[in-house]
Order: sequence, then structure tokens, then C-alpha cells
Amino acid sequence: MKPRFNDVATVRSGLKKVNYLADDGIAGVVFLADRLGKPVLIEGPAGTGKTQLAKSVAELTGARLIRLQCYEGLDESKALYEWNYKKQLLRIQADKSSDSWSEVHDDIFSSEFLLARPLLEAITSEEPVVLLIDEVDRVELETEALLLEILSEYQVSIPELGTITAKQIPLVFLTSNNTRELSEALKRRCLYLHVDYPDLEREKEIVLNKVPDISDNLADQIARIVRSIRQLDLKKAPSVSETLDWARTLMLLGIETIDEKEAKETLHILLKYQTDIAKAAKELSVTK
Amino acid sequence: MPVLDLMSGFIVELRNAGLPVSLTENLDAMEAVKVIPIEDRDAFKYALGATLVKNNAHWRVFETIFEVYFSLRGPEYAITKDGQPDDFWREMQEQMDQVKGQGEGKGSGGGMDSLTPEEINAMLMRALMSGDQAMMRALAKQSVQRFAGMEPGRPVGGTYYLYRTLRNLDLDNMLQKLMDANSEMSKQELSSLEQRLEKDEFESRIEQFKQEVESEIRRRLVADRGAEAMAKTLRKPLPEDVEFMHASRDEMQSLKKALYPLTRKLAARLARKRRHGRKGPLDFRNTVRHSLSYGGVPADPKFRYPRPAKPELMVVADISGSVAAFARFTLMFVYAIQNQFSKVRSFVFIDGIDEVTKFFKSKEDIGEAINRVNTEADVVWVDGHSDYGHAFEVFWERYGKDINSKTTVLLLGDARNNYHAAQSWVVKEIAKRARHVYWLNPEPKSYWNTGDSIVGEYGAHTDGVFECRNLRQLEGFVENLT
Repeated sequence: MKPRFNDVATVRSGLKKVNYLADDGIAGVVFLADRLGKPVLIEGPAGTGKTQLAKSVAELTGARLIRLQCYEGLDESKALYEWNYKKQLLRIQADKSSDSWSEVHDDIFSSEFLLARPLLEAITSEEPVVLLIDEVDRVELETEALLLEILSEYQVSIPELGTITAKQIPLVFLTSNNTRELSEALKRRCLYLHVDYPDLEREKEIVLNKVPDISDNLADQIARIVRSIRQLDLKKAPSVSETLDWARTLMLLGIETIDEKEAKETLHILLKYQTDIAKAAKELSVTK
Repeated sequence: MPVLDLMSGFIVELRNAGLPVSLTENLDAMEAVKVIPIEDRDAFKYALGATLVKNNAHWRVFETIFEVYFSLRGPEYAITKDGQPDDFWREMQEQMDQVKGQGEGKGSGGGMDSLTPEEINAMLMRALMSGDQAMMRALAKQSVQRFAGMEPGRPVGGTYYLYRTLRNLDLDNMLQKLMDANSEMSKQELSSLEQRLEKDEFESRIEQFKQEVESEIRRRLVADRGAEAMAKTLRKPLPEDVEFMHASRDEMQSLKKALYPLTRKLAARLARKRRHGRKGPLDFRNTVRHSLSYGGVPADPKFRYPRPAKPELMVVADISGSVAAFARFTLMFVYAIQNQFSKVRSFVFIDGIDEVTKFFKSKEDIGEAINRVNTEADVVWVDGHSDYGHAFEVFWERYGKDINSKTTVLLLGDARNNYHAAQSWVVKEIAKRARHVYWLNPEPKSYWNTGDSIVGEYGAHTDGVFECRNLRQLEGFVENLT
């Protein structure tokens, strides 16, 4: 199969075109995922653009995005496939008299009666696909095993039907909020990418990119204040999406340069805990 | 050295450092190396990281080992020979001369040697002021060459050279100087917010410079001693394996950082275990209701979820010098998952004992609460040396009646009693009333019952004495507890 990207730089500039500012690490891992044909496991704090990465890569490659949202109690009938038993019943009843038993038996377990769920859909698709398995840490440890076959071999085994192999190798992204340790087996099959809060320059660029008409000066100030706040010992550090919300608020209020008062008044957009807000307000006004 | 040999040495070292690198991951890394050129050092590092490191807490260990093995690759990282200034350095020198407007003929040939330490300092300040990365790197190189006084073959660690270099650069006062220069330069008075932002900016630049110096020293040491030997001296335990009793300040910091995600994971795991445990007794009503869809046949029996009672916890911790760190971590740990217990009460002692539950009431900031425990709790009775016997006696007198059959009592400490009376009957009494009594000892097992340690005497009455030297052991114990 033809690789999708030529080198790391292409990935990076391509992602920038679809409004996702990647750093070297992110672009490098996406490139590797394509070349090695391996899924990518993305971990990191909430709101740093883990899910967005998958969406942006889909947009970049012009592929369809298939998304499997994980939750506790997810099982194979919702993730992999299910037999359409209503249709099977109708088939049996439709011509009771004519067919012999074995014919009907073979007939009702064919792909016509199969309902494809996201994972099966992703590998049977003819056109290119990006598969996003979101918040994989929410499923139970045992359910993870469902994913293993598809992640390593890109195939699904259905007892009645045999093994279905992928027509094309999809790019697979798994995201995790790290609420539990994923199994070794799953980790081993994936490339690992930790997406952290962006550094100063990248955050500023993100703000400039996502908030229309914002001045360079304000974006710079926003990025620097957010960095200072993240250095504090907080319950929940501001995420990138919260930075963007804050930038948009400041734009709406028509603020060009942030002073202490305005910073304090709008802190509740960046921080969601009262203790955090109090701490940040105190820290920002202290001079040393 | 060919890349393949380098890679296998690298992976062996990762395993030695405790990273679980499997064979498949090893092969993946080899595949990755094929498509990413080794010359692009950053991309190469991320490629290896993505294939070999599957846990973010291990990233720093990986980074250090990577530095050691691959630091001498790539032209921009090559070591300049002493007294031979590279092009960049020459260019910078010319700039300097122009700035000074003196042009004393220091030209390109003079290089490093003709600069006084003051001048180097001034240049460093300018570089930090403008945030000029390339200049900072060059300066880091030069200052190591000049100040560290590195001698080939001398068996000294990198920290020694780092100290020598930084001492000559006077970085401690640099921040203040930068702040002063900055406020002079700006036209109007800076608001306190701006000052704070500037300070953070300069701090991060100084930190960056320090790291440059550190990696330059490391590069030189690797060139001198070879990668294997160097990696060995740098080998550090992973955060979860750091011993509480011997952690340095840096390690304490990383321990604290590792603690929070660990507790979050543990809490999620415990909550899940609680819900998805074995099935409870038959839920008759629910079964009958579901039987309606089978025409009254109870084909799908329903069961009640078991709701095991959450234990009550009493933590009694020695917070005298040697074991204070351990007590602090255990308290933090317990309170971070306190919703797994129906009630948590905590007591701290040295030779007197005091209840500190109230400090944790707010539930907001555990770190703050721990600080208050350390400063406000009334734990000294006579001389401030551990006296387990007296502390236990008072505990029994005051709080003994609150212990009931639902209570689990955790006793934390090394049981080094300074040869006071043991009063182990208290532990025996506690064990009679409480559901469980456990003793957690931060000392290695081989030290137990040596010198003034009498953990055996207390332990005989408990349900178990556990060695609890690092986060991993602590986590394991707490998981079994609930």
C-alpha cells in the first residue's frame, strides 16, 4: 500500500493546513503510524486536543472518520458486529415450505444478515478510513480484549462466517484519559503518544489560529498568563480549550491588553474550582 | 558504532533502568528507525519514545538514557575542541565587539580565552534577556569548557561539574539582575501582573540554560567514559520505586506528581471492583418482573448487587524526622481515596499524640492540610524523640472507645522506640476491638528488629506487618485493604 505521507514535515504542514498545530512529537508519531501500520494510543490531560488530532488527520487525508465512543459496559454487539435476528426470523418465515434446513441455516448466517458496528465497519470499508476509539480507558479490562485482534491484525473473526480481513489498513487512534492503567497487551500493539499542554509558542499560535481577529500582542499575553497559571499547584490546570474560551471572552469584552483587574475578573473561565481561582488570583498579584 | 549495536545497547540499558520493553516493542523500534533518519535527532527521539515507552512517567528516564546514547550524533552537537572556536562563536564575538564599539582586536582567533568571566556573564545576561536560543547553547558550551575543569578519566559525577560551572556563572543573582534591567528598559512602571509574567519567563529561560549546561557536561562525560559506563552512573529509580526514607528533594517532587494520578487510578479501580464483584442474592421482585416477557417463566434470574460495607479507617502515624516523609505520603494517599472508606480519622505522634482529622475536613487541598499537620499538630510531649509506648497509651485512653468492629487501624512507623517502654498491650487491646490492625513499616525488612526497632513486638499482635518502602508497595497494600 502506498504511504500517505512522505516525511514528518509533510505531516506537520498538512495538519497546519487543517488548523491543527502539531509539534514534532505529534507529527512524528502520526508519520510512524502510517509507515508502520500501527495504531496510536494517545494519552494526556483533558482538553489538549487528543480527539481533535484524529479528526484533523481524517480531514487531512480525506478519509472518513469512524468513531467508537467507549463506556462501561460496551460489548461486542455494540463495538464489533451483531446478527440482525429480526431479519433472520423474517427469512425463516418467508419461505417455510420450500427450503431445506441446511440451506436456511447457511443462508441466515451470511453477511447479508450481519450488522456492522464501528470496528467491523472500519475494516470492511472500501474507501480510506480513520478509526477513532475514544476514551478507551472507560471499558473494563476484559473488554479491551475485543480490540486486540483488530489492532494487531486488522481483522475480525466471526464464528459463523470466518475471518474478515481489512481491505485497506485504516489509521487507528485510541485516546485515553488515563483513569486506569491499560493492559500491557493493548499498549504493546500501539505506538504511544503523550500529548501534554503546549509550550508557550505553540499555545500562542493556537490562539492566533483559532480566535479570529485577535492581536498578536493579546495572544502573547494570554499564552504567558496561562503558562504562569499552569505552574501553580492546582486541582485542575487550564486546558487548551479553556485558553481559547478565555481568549474569545476577552475579545468579546473588547480588551486589548490584560491588566490585573481584568485577569482576575475573567479567571473563572480558565479555572473551574473556587480554591484554584483564589490561589491564582493571589499568585498573579504577588510581586517578588 | 553502527546503529544496530547502538540500539541494542540502548534497549538493554532501558531494561536495566526498569522500563518494561518487550520483544515486539524492540522490533517496532527497529522498524521505526528504518523510516526515520538518525540525523534528525528530535524526530528520532520521538520515534523511539513512541515505540518503546508506553507510560508517561517513564519518559524522563528514557530521555536521559537517550541523551547518553545518542548525544554525540549530529553535527550541531559535536564537541568543539578546546581553544578552537566554531563559526558560530566567532560570529557572536564579532557582534559583541561591535556592540562594545571598542574592537580591541579580539578578532576571531582569540576566541574564548580572551574573555573575562565578567564579559561571559554579561553575554549570558544579554542572551537570557533576548531569549536567543542559539547563543544560550553556545554560551553553555563555552562555560562548561571554561569553568567545569573537566579532566579525562576522573571519577567524578556530573553534578560536581554542574555545580562548578554554575557557581562561576552566578545564576542565583541573574534573575534579579534581569528583572532590574527589564524594569529599567520599559518606559512606564510595570504592573505587578506584568512583573510576575516577566519573572516566569526569565525563570524558564534560566532553567533552559541550566539544562543546556547539564547536557553539555553529559555529552563530554559520555565522550570520555563511553555510553555504558555513563548510563550506569545516571541510573535512577522510577518514581514509583523511589524509597520514601531516602528520597531527595527532586525525587520528592516527582513522587508528589506521581501520587495524584496513581490515587485516581486506584479509586477508579476500587469503585469498579465494588460494583462488579461477585453477584449478590436473588432479587425476587426484579426476576418476576422480567419473567413477564417470557410469559411468566422466570428464565432470566436477576441478582442484587452486593454492597459490601466500606471500612472505617484510623491512621496512626509517626511523624518524627526519619519517617515523616512516609507518613505524609500515606496520609495523602489515604485522603485522596477517602470516598472508598466510610470514615477516615487520622492521628499523628512523636512522643505525644494529636488528632488531625479536622485539617482534612475541607477536602479541597490535601497538600495544604499536610502542611498544617506538620506545623500545628501538638505531638511533642517531653523531648521530641519518638516514644511509641507513650503515644499508644494516650491514644488508647482518649480514642480507644471509638474503635469498633468496623474499624481498620493502620499504624505507620519504623517502631524505633528509643528504648522506651513498648506498651505493646495497647496494640493487643486495639486488635481485640478492631476489625483489622495493620502495621506499615517504611524500613527494609532486613532492618526490622535491629537496634531500637521493636516492630516484631508490636507486630505480633497485629494482622500483619508490611514493608512499605515506595509508592508501588503502598498502592498494593491500599488496594488489598478496601
